[in-house]
Amino acid sequence: MNYTPHTQQEIDQMCRALGIGSPADLFNVVPGPLRIDGLNMPRGLTEMEAMAHLNAVGAELRSRAPALSFVGGGAYEHFTPSVVQEIIGRGEFYTAYTPYQPEVSQGTLQVIFEFQTMICELTGMEVANASMYDGASALAEAVLMAVRLNGGRRVLLPRSLHPFHRRVVETYTRGIELEIVDLPWSESGALDPAQVESRLSDDVAAVVVQSPNFLGVLEPIGRIGALLRDRRTAFVASVNPISLGVLRPPGDFGADIVVGDGQPLGIPLSFGGPYVGFFATRDAHVRKMPGRIVGETVDHAGRRGFVLTLQTREQHIRREKATSNICTNQALCATAATVYLAALGPQGLREVGRLNWAQSHRMEKALCGLPGVKRTFSAPFFNEFTVTTPRRASVLLARLRAKGIEAGLDLGRFYPDLDHSILVCVTETKSDEDIEKAVAAWREVL
Amino acid sequence: MDRLIFEKGRPGRRSASYPAADAPMEDLPAELRREAAPALPEVGELELVRHYVRLSHKNFSIDTVFYPLGSCTMKYNPKVHERAARMPEFAGLHPLTSEDHAQPMLRLLFEMEDILKEVTGMDGVTFQPFAGAHGEFVGISVIAAHHRARGNKKRIVLTPESAHGTNPATAAMCGYTVQPLKTDPRGMVDLSDLKAKMNGEVAAIMLTNPNTFGIFETDILEIADVVHRGGGLLYYDGANLNALLGQCRPGDMGFDVVHMNLHKTFTTPHGGGGPGAGPVGVKAHLLPYLPVPVLVKEGGRYRLDDDRPQSIGKVSGFYGNAGMVLRAYVYARMLGAEGMRKTSEMAVLNANYVRGRLLDHYEQKYKTQPMHETVLSASKQKRESDVSALDVCKRLIDFGIHPPTVYFPLPTVVPEALLIEPTETETLEQLDAFVDAMVKIAEEAQKSPDLLREAPHHTPVGRLDEARAARQPVLRWKRG
Repeated sequence: MNYTPHTQQEIDQMCRALGIGSPADLFNVVPGPLRIDGLNMPRGLTEMEAMAHLNAVGAELRSRAPALSFVGGGAYEHFTPSVVQEIIGRGEFYTAYTPYQPEVSQGTLQVIFEFQTMICELTGMEVANASMYDGASALAEAVLMAVRLNGGRRVLLPRSLHPFHRRVVETYTRGIELEIVDLPWSESGALDPAQVESRLSDDVAAVVVQSPNFLGVLEPIGRIGALLRDRRTAFVASVNPISLGVLRPPGDFGADIVVGDGQPLGIPLSFGGPYVGFFATRDAHVRKMPGRIVGETVDHAGRRGFVLTLQTREQHIRREKATSNICTNQALCATAATVYLAALGPQGLREVGRLNWAQSHRMEKALCGLPGVKRTFSAPFFNEFTVTTPRRASVLLARLRAKGIEAGLDLGRFYPDLDHSILVCVTETKSDEDIEKAVAAWREVL
Repeated sequence: MDRLIFEKGRPGRRSASYPAADAPMEDLPAELRREAAPALPEVGELELVRHYVRLSHKNFSIDTVFYPLGSCTMKYNPKVHERAARMPEFAGLHPLTSEDHAQPMLRLLFEMEDILKEVTGMDGVTFQPFAGAHGEFVGISVIAAHHRARGNKKRIVLTPESAHGTNPATAAMCGYTVQPLKTDPRGMVDLSDLKAKMNGEVAAIMLTNPNTFGIFETDILEIADVVHRGGGLLYYDGANLNALLGQCRPGDMGFDVVHMNLHKTFTTPHGGGGPGAGPVGVKAHLLPYLPVPVLVKEGGRYRLDDDRPQSIGKVSGFYGNAGMVLRAYVYARMLGAEGMRKTSEMAVLNANYVRGRLLDHYEQKYKTQPMHETVLSASKQKRESDVSALDVCKRLIDFGIHPPTVYFPLPTVVPEALLIEPTETETLEQLDAFVDAMVKIAEEAQKSPDLLREAPHHTPVGRLDEARAARQPVLRWKRG
């Protein structure tokens, strides 16, 4: 199957118009030694054959899937209202190009303007861009921007930062030879502001705080914000947006840049992507911000309209002097997040936050009632927490898997000293019965 | 005019509902508790649906109009791809689920790596990059790692003056100085300029082939030889790979690294600006530097391998846009070998047909026969009637056609450039309708130029004041 509509007659007609014998003649500009007869791959499939193949792969995935999963760690299973898929499934949105021609792109442009507004509202910041690739790359871009703001040579990264995000920051900052300094976690699992303070100096470009952090616990962002208030060092916060209906946003605590992954806001897990990074900052810093930005303006008749703006920061204008090389972003995922947030509204977002809190705390209490199971860290958490048991996490998880339960993440994979600890995620998708079922399975395998 | 979603609704109105949660949240310290709710919309579900459906009507899209947008390859996005990506088994697959659960997905990704290796003639492929520019970042980082490992002191990346802006931006991001390469009278890389610039400090040359003019770089084997002998590597920007599917391969031309834009050549939808996917392929000598994790097959099982000491590291939170790779996989399997070849043939035929019909009406700076796209110019219209390429584009909108790419290549390279790429999925009737509109517009330019200057005439808004948007930025709605 291919999607070319040409009949043989039309091909002949077009070739005649060009004075060539066949379309193959147009490839005579390719030097002979480079030409190949064709590719070594199977014949093409019809749609029916392709779907049969995909259904077989799907069935195989289903047969291996756990009945219940408590895996989080940066990507989260949430319920998505039906309107989200219906809207982003409209061809007018998903088959549109980047809105460089604003007169024929007001749909996309207005949605993105609404997205920017919602991200500002959630994070407590003044300005947001049109999206980044994901939470990890958004954080890396935030660190690069901090260096542009203050010329610092070092960045403080918590050891409890998502280990994958940390590695992305390392890759992105290699070109500018930025030194990365570790911030340990305290016994509670949260950062100790005194430890942060002791590592501060004028050449620190940014302090990164992720809350909830990779261990699930909430960081003392207010106290860290206070430490950085009168310093050149940028305060960069990475947050889970779905927590911001119940948790105070970093903007309230003086954050300079707030980033995160918008996946929890109505975007399917899809084996890690496509997701959407969000990126918010202060008005004063907007010209140092990476990525596209949509702004409001008027046409010749005074009608309100939206355009891509402040483009002199971007690669297609500034080339090697651009704030970032980003071009294609994750606009359709930003659209999904916008519709999700519009569907939930302030009340719905608060309810989802409370439900996540309620179900995860219910599970935590039940698990900690089992013999030998205890919280690894004492600091408050949102929808993910860490427990330690007398058994190796990998052993325990394998036993639970055999009972159809993917019970969490083995933290030993990321921190060898935590190989008896499991990161458990419980969102609103888990009912009281699901939790009881899972806890019963834990009891049997301990 | 449509109001913003924030300007609709009433306090207390809502769409989604959730079971009540009775948690007192007593463990939450007061200073972390949110008191003032974010000003999100408060709308009912019907109101919400109408708002966004009406907004969708204000967009041009491939599903509604022709998009001859050069260098963007706006071909038809088959519906079966979306159906596949929405299957709950794929859409619900957690990136950190057990390796056992993920095996079928890993197998599919592995198969797709093999397909892309065959298409490009490379020895290894990574799916980590999220988009073309991200692929460039990975590719140039790999090249930098190669030079570092050899103790090479290189500081320059060469790009043609017609290169896409992401090329120089990427090189700068990786710590390189960028030098532009001149274009010769055929519209190809100027070999003597290249030779003069190969001074021992060149880390890489970044090229598209066919280049931005749609012209095949016939000297590519000599270019590769010159660059390799000078200690540099060749980077292939895959923006224009659609022209070559099943006909020839960057790997055979001497390229060491390629990126592909799955949202161009493999037709994953553009989504109004993304998501895309920018897989990178490399030759065997660069395999150790690919980003982690690397997908490996061992005795019939698939594994994501993180233990690669020479790797450039991680570039995405998980494994790139796997959902887009899945769509592209369906496309590649349905095309098969013969469909790939047919695709490039018809893409090149369509572009040449359109060019042939337009040459009497628009000027062309480089007259070499192009492949899948062609650069024309509105210089004649500018000279004779003082209407610009932008005016021509805006008038085209009134004919229900999305404008070609405009002012790329940059005005210093081709003044008043119109970069036209019809793609293979358009019918002859559509191509003729486009050409007829362009010819009509050329006539209008002479007879009634204001019709062009004031266009478009039938859109929800007219030309927007971009200077005002940049001077007095309004980047979000605020509660009044």
